[in-house]
Amino acid sequence: MDFRYSDDQILLQSTVRDFLAKECTPEVVRALWETPTARSAALWKKLAEVGVPGLLVPEAHGGMGMSELEAVLILEEAGRAALAEPLVASAAVAAPLLREIGGELASEWLPRIAAGEAVVAVGHPALPFVEDAHVADLLLLPRGEDALFALPRASVRLEEQPALDPSRRIARAEFDAGAVRPVARGAQACALFAAALDRGALACAAQALGACDRMLDLSVAYASQRRQFGKPIGSYQAVKHMLANAKVALEYARPVVQRAAASVARGAAARAAHVSMAKLTACDAARLAARVALQCHGAIGYTWEQDLHLWMRRAWSLAQSWGRAPFHLARVRAAILEGSLPIGPGSTFAGGS
Amino acid sequence: MDLEYTPRQQAFRAEVRAWLEANVPREPLGSFDTAEGARQHRAWEKRLDAAGYAMVPWPVEYGGRGADLLEWLIFEEEYYRAGAPRRINQNGIFLLGPTIMEYGTPSQKARFLPKIASSEEVWAQGWSEPNAGSDMAAIATTALRDGDHYVIRGQKTWASRGAFADWLFGLFRTDPASERHHGLSFVLVPLNIPGVTVRPIAQLDGETGFAEVFFDDARVPVANRLGDEGAGWSVAMSTAGFERGLMLRSPARFQDTARRLVELYRANAADAEERVRDEVIRCVVAAEAYTLETYRTVSRMLAGGKIGAEASLNKIFWSELDIRMHELALELLGDRADLLPEAPAAEGVGDWLDAYLFSLSGPIYAGTNEIQRNIIAERILGLPR
Repeated sequence: MDFRYSDDQILLQSTVRDFLAKECTPEVVRALWETPTARSAALWKKLAEVGVPGLLVPEAHGGMGMSELEAVLILEEAGRAALAEPLVASAAVAAPLLREIGGELASEWLPRIAAGEAVVAVGHPALPFVEDAHVADLLLLPRGEDALFALPRASVRLEEQPALDPSRRIARAEFDAGAVRPVARGAQACALFAAALDRGALACAAQALGACDRMLDLSVAYASQRRQFGKPIGSYQAVKHMLANAKVALEYARPVVQRAAASVARGAAARAAHVSMAKLTACDAARLAARVALQCHGAIGYTWEQDLHLWMRRAWSLAQSWGRAPFHLARVRAAILEGSLPIGPGSTFAGGS
Repeated sequence: MDLEYTPRQQAFRAEVRAWLEANVPREPLGSFDTAEGARQHRAWEKRLDAAGYAMVPWPVEYGGRGADLLEWLIFEEEYYRAGAPRRINQNGIFLLGPTIMEYGTPSQKARFLPKIASSEEVWAQGWSEPNAGSDMAAIATTALRDGDHYVIRGQKTWASRGAFADWLFGLFRTDPASERHHGLSFVLVPLNIPGVTVRPIAQLDGETGFAEVFFDDARVPVANRLGDEGAGWSVAMSTAGFERGLMLRSPARFQDTARRLVELYRANAADAEERVRDEVIRCVVAAEAYTLETYRTVSRMLAGGKIGAEASLNKIFWSELDIRMHELALELLGDRADLLPEAPAAEGVGDWLDAYLFSLSGPIYAGTNEIQRNIIAERILGLPR
């Protein structure tokens, strides 16, 4: 039992953090808002050079062969930078899904994902919209509850849905199933959808941690510099206590996300409940941070010009993505009240995480 | 990252579980803040100590069994799982003990630790004074050198366990010319010596859990000082770190409350609002978060890390979770929520009401949550003072 990341894993995280601090500045994010796709092929290419899109792609297919344990560290950094690239869809969800589907589809697309040459988007029967479908070369889409299709974008009708976060690009996707055969159906398709949802929600939770942390950093910097009544506003208890509350929420969300990552990585029986706990706690922390960060910034925080809203929008959109709070709460509730999730002292790591 | 227990840890858990199943009293003990309850609790502690379970992370020569902090977490999980009695000497075993381990001389360790482990000597805390609460550096009670003794004069208050304790540890001003956190020393004071008067104070729950302690030229050997003269503040901060941080409130306590809350929900589900049901589930998640964060902290400490200001995050989290859970329990009890156990219609109310009152003290003791938020803001987030 050792609930710590290794030095190598921490180094990987800080390398990605430094990379994104340089390459994905608020100016870059804002500039992309003005483009048709809100995505940057150049930035995606650079991310591919450091291996990020292929994080979960096996080494045999040209990826880094890492697990969700490392992925959540990278995704936390993506959240910190408000990175708009299709990291959740392609790297966190599609790549392991293709790995599980296997066969020609996997060997054709996994190397291209890892190389940053292709983006794959994933739909889910419980979710109305598909994220990053507009830049996807391949879409993995459901038909009903138990059939999964793989389709090139040209054969899918996309109805884009502008949303609060200009970086969040979502669409309703429709296709004619008549001409193509599903890549999975029945129980296999259901298992793939379940795995996709767990990975998508986990990735959102990890990003929410980063966004939360960034909003705290921005607020501390602002409250330390902005003076009223002759003192920095951050010296007043009312401001201190708001920010302390968000810090508490963040620090108690992070281990929940990391444990969920470990559970997904090893296919633990309780992984779905663990992921839902992570999504709930991390998105709650980010929502609280958005709320107090705005209050702490005052009117300047309510402007388009101030960067704070990049992360506020991110926090709100992550809460909407891969299952909203009621969905995840219902999953945890069912696991506790109707299922077999053990609770009480000594249950946390019972039967393996 | 390795989230599996080792075979050794699993064996330790099995051993503790077996012993507790065979030895935990079938009938709940009385409250340790009553005379009869205190006697029962001392007897229980003696049994625990005889089996080597009083404080498993302590070295064997001081009454422990040299377990590491992870094994201590496992012990706590089993202890709460078994519904074993609360610890009457928590001030001694969780707070003073680790401080003596860090600052005590060899003879102080030999003198005090075994009797803490066995609860032969039960300890009270002596921090607050009438004019030194959250502002603890305003302490005015003096302990002035007279040869080999300190002569103590002044008053401590809100001394937890003070009514039935044998000893008190606390901060005293050894340099009368000093101010604030300078010139204070950490001194161990017997409560049965001339010049010490203990006056129990009835609490919100009607029991006498804390006391005022008056010092009227009480003489205590200089050898009872822990750490250097004038360095008491940093010794006390180490105690406070243990209290807010790891030891005092292990996650098992809140996981057990959360589990019982789910049971209470099941028993009252027919009348429960969906909002209450969902809040119950969120409390289970929060107790889980507290457990996970504690495992992370312990892993860090086993690798050589220390608990610093982050202990303040802990204290806010568990104290507010505890209130939230007990408020929900009372909501689930509905019309029976304010019934005392002797009320004829009180069946099934358990001790939720009493525990609710106690939970309300959580954000006050061990440094108010307002002070903890200041610490988080200034020392973790780096906001200006």
